[in-house]
Amino acid sequence: MPVVTMTVNGKSVSGEVEGRTLLVNFIRDQLNLTGTHVGCDTSQCGACVVHIDGKAVKSCATLALQADGADVTTIEGLAAGGDLHPVQRAFKEHHGLQCGFCTPGMIMTAVDMIRRKPELDEKTVREELEGNLCRCTGYHNIVKAILAASEEMRA
Amino acid sequence: MYQFDYHRPANLKEAAELLTKCDEAKILAGGQTLIPTLKQRLAMPSDLIDLGALKELSFIKAEGDAIMIGAATPHADVAVNADVRKHLPSLAKLAEGIGDPAVRHKGTIGGSLANNDPSADYPAAVLALDAKIHTTKRLIEADEFFKGMFETALGEDEIITEITFPHPKRAAYVKFPNPASRYAMVGVFVAETPMGIRVAVTGAGQEGVFRVKEMEDALAKDWSADAISGIKVPAENMLSDLHGDAEYRAHLVTVIAKRAVAAAI
Repeated sequence: MPVVTMTVNGKSVSGEVEGRTLLVNFIRDQLNLTGTHVGCDTSQCGACVVHIDGKAVKSCATLALQADGADVTTIEGLAAGGDLHPVQRAFKEHHGLQCGFCTPGMIMTAVDMIRRKPELDEKTVREELEGNLCRCTGYHNIVKAILAASEEMRA
Repeated sequence: MYQFDYHRPANLKEAAELLTKCDEAKILAGGQTLIPTLKQRLAMPSDLIDLGALKELSFIKAEGDAIMIGAATPHADVAVNADVRKHLPSLAKLAEGIGDPAVRHKGTIGGSLANNDPSADYPAAVLALDAKIHTTKRLIEADEFFKGMFETALGEDEIITEITFPHPKRAAYVKFPNPASRYAMVGVFVAETPMGIRVAVTGAGQEGVFRVKEMEDALAKDWSADAISGIKVPAENMLSDLHGDAEYRAHLVTVIAKRAVAAAI
């Protein structure tokens, strides 16, 4: 079987995979990083979003082998030295979650969104969340959390 | 997913050789349509040839009166590129509206065109702007490229390398997205190009993207939304499903085309 090697959350990792192994399965089943979720498995819900070379992508619509040599960040890699990332902190403070299933994908999408668009407004946040579904919150507190984090990170 | 062999060629020559050599190979570009399709076991390729390592296929160049876009350029790059935004703002807006941010980071223009989904956005731009599609073998005119739903003029061992768009005098793309999937139920790209006025419709036709000659002729005489308000495409050629029947889509084509003409810059 082919061997895939990549950097995940700053550590070099490798493992044997099939051609058809999805990146999300490599991350969850072989690296035991289960923070990245599989929600819909049809690439619509965004619970599986991770960063590849700094950009948000759906790890359920990416083969592990496509990420060979890449730099991958998962939700477990955000809290540097145990301190929550500003986006994680904002989700906590603004109650941006209820059941929490969509949260890892929401946060990874939010970090990418703030990187690309430092001047966020509510309309833009809602548009940018098009690929992330939440069935609990009605999105209001998620939007509030992202706006608060973006403001804090800009300061 | 069914089992397949994965290949990651280092250059275009190697990719083309693999495509000829392998039995039932498919090209993997961004994979945003292909991987979900494979997961549903709707396709069973023997081999996947990943173009991900071919950095030479990911570029945007502005030369003379044209913009050249490499086939493996992701939608997100087209959406923010300064040259595209300056000379082809309609195309930047189209790219910005495909799928969602994560899809736009991976999905590519070449992948979208080769797949020719009847609801895809890029085919409308290529057809309306009279773009040229360069492949590993030849140059294909937009009018010759789209051959019906999921069908193109591409040969089995041919790979798209670049798309050349002329600068239009004015153009716009407006789509009516399905409220759930966000795919175009009707998307209309109107353009006044150096070669004339063209109107291309995606999302609606049973045979995929198509031109509306009657609207083009009317707009050539009078570039205004009013000039096409009485022109309706025949409902019998439209897609019909639970999201909207053929009559509804035919009606939408005129409505959205008028909005596109009014929005053209």
